[in-house]
Amino acid sequence: MKSSEPAIEARGLVRNFGQVAAVRGIDLTVYRNEIFGFLGPNGAGKSTTINMLCTLLRPTAGEARVAGHDVVTERDAVRRNIGLVFQSTTLDDYMTAERNLRLHAELYAVPRAAVDDRLRQVLEMVGLWDRRSSKVATYSGGMKRRLEIARGLLHSPRVLFLDEPTIGLDPQTRGSIWSYVRELQAAEDITIFVTTHYMDEAEYCDRIAIMDHGDIIALDTPSALKASVGTDRIRIDTPDNDRAIAEIQERFDLPAKVNEGGVLLSVPNGERFVPRLFAELDVPILSVSVSRPSLDDVFMSYTGTTIREAEATSADKLGRHPMAMRMRGR
Amino acid sequence: MTMSSVVTAPVAAVRVPARSLAGELRAIKIVWQRDLIRFAEDRMRMVIMLVQPFIFLFVLGTGFQALTSRSTGGVDIRTFMFPGIVAMSLLFTSIFSAASIVWDREFGFLREMLVAPVWRGSIVIGKCLGGSTVAVLQGVLVVAVAGLVGVPYSPAMIIGVIALQLLLAFTLTSLGLMIAVRIKQIQSFMAINQMLVLPLYFTSGALFPVSHLPAWLAVLNRFDPLTYAIAPIRHVVFASLTISPAARQILDPGIMWGSWTVPTWLDAAIVFAIGVTVLAIAIIRFSRDD
Repeated sequence: MKSSEPAIEARGLVRNFGQVAAVRGIDLTVYRNEIFGFLGPNGAGKSTTINMLCTLLRPTAGEARVAGHDVVTERDAVRRNIGLVFQSTTLDDYMTAERNLRLHAELYAVPRAAVDDRLRQVLEMVGLWDRRSSKVATYSGGMKRRLEIARGLLHSPRVLFLDEPTIGLDPQTRGSIWSYVRELQAAEDITIFVTTHYMDEAEYCDRIAIMDHGDIIALDTPSALKASVGTDRIRIDTPDNDRAIAEIQERFDLPAKVNEGGVLLSVPNGERFVPRLFAELDVPILSVSVSRPSLDDVFMSYTGTTIREAEATSADKLGRHPMAMRMRGR
Repeated sequence: MTMSSVVTAPVAAVRVPARSLAGELRAIKIVWQRDLIRFAEDRMRMVIMLVQPFIFLFVLGTGFQALTSRSTGGVDIRTFMFPGIVAMSLLFTSIFSAASIVWDREFGFLREMLVAPVWRGSIVIGKCLGGSTVAVLQGVLVVAVAGLVGVPYSPAMIIGVIALQLLLAFTLTSLGLMIAVRIKQIQSFMAINQMLVLPLYFTSGALFPVSHLPAWLAVLNRFDPLTYAIAPIRHVVFASLTISPAARQILDPGIMWGSWTVPTWLDAAIVFAIGVTVLAIAIIRFSRDD
């Protein structure tokens, strides 16, 4: 179902907030019917990028087309063709789910004859048809998110933007949101652009872009990105970690480090390396485990830092600029 | 609740048409309806808004009565204050309704409207109509107590006052929206509100006749848009009273620009012109990009 027709195209997209460069000239092509993941720590520029693609924020420089329309000069055409689910809820808590959706249908001028059917379809899709007459204030966080996804789909958009759709949800609900997104991709001719800072969630995407400090630092399929790291992770437990690290350095010329009580090192073809490790080390090895690289390792290999550390520093950086903070929050 | 079996059938796609006047009217209507639905479900707000004018009219008015019975030529001060209280009810309700756009921004819902493929002006106009409708609904309830303060229920009075209420509610809601559309926090709006509402109200002549004011206050009064709404309301109310010409001259003198008495139609036209102007400013401010 995936085609080579682009649903989103960005060229040299830049956005500055005063002196702070939130997005530093990114290029990006998302194909029709893809699930495209946009990853990075909080404050990497993901929401700023999404806001520009959704016509909510004017780019400082560069251009972007969504569903074939320019985000600056054809704003209305873009808006008609996109659905949006924001990080923070934009539902009217004091109205029922159905009223929220009907209001959306009116704002988007959905043909009147089609409203009832479409409303039922999207609510059944997210399993909320039975709760349609409840006020949104009575909904759980996961239900609200599902309702927002239903609302985003009500006008049959060609591109659905999900900005951190799983943030603040428990792991089980996160999983169900994702399985729903996958089914949506199979059922409709829709392109899904999703941001997350949970690396494990990126596995659900067809392709992902990793963003850090306003730049896209890697863009490929999750498996290709992991393969690009090229190394597996070996963890051994020994009675003397310092000696083990020294011996690994001496015999294999490899850096190793202590992590949570064990010794950690990265090598290509980890399984083949394990026998050599046993043969060459004098220090006894109590246990060993080999793991394939995760997307966390991918992030680590491109940025030299873990995503958690990156979040700490960018939150600090953005914290000094109120405008940038506001754009993230709204 | 499991998500695995939720997709039962492929969903029929709908087509969103390009922006049209009909589409804008649908947007205006739904924004207006939302305000009415929210108001209908907010009983607390209705009660508070209703109680306030009656405190002014019956507590303050009755207190004043003891002081002023001689200077009003036998007219009950509450009768005199009645048009002012009608205006006050509209003032508070209209500005409060305009504040809802700030709430919507703070609680996120505004974004749902901002990303829709509609003209921003339609959202502002819908909000203006919603706020005006709610204000007039409250205003009508104030009109209903006219008999208690000695104003006879003549059809001319009722129709005239409600028509003027519609006009004033439109202007005041637009004024509130002009301020509210760029404000991010409800506290900021409330602060500006305090600075605006009471001076507007106290200089307007809602509570005193505007004919023999000291020069400085007369000047402030003539620049207060509310003055031009209260004078016609009072004129309509007093037309239904049987009182001495002397009392009428003191209590319902009309607005003087120098030695020229501004005709009632011009009062109304001034209020309308101000309303259209501030609404236009509200739309321009609301449409500006972040």
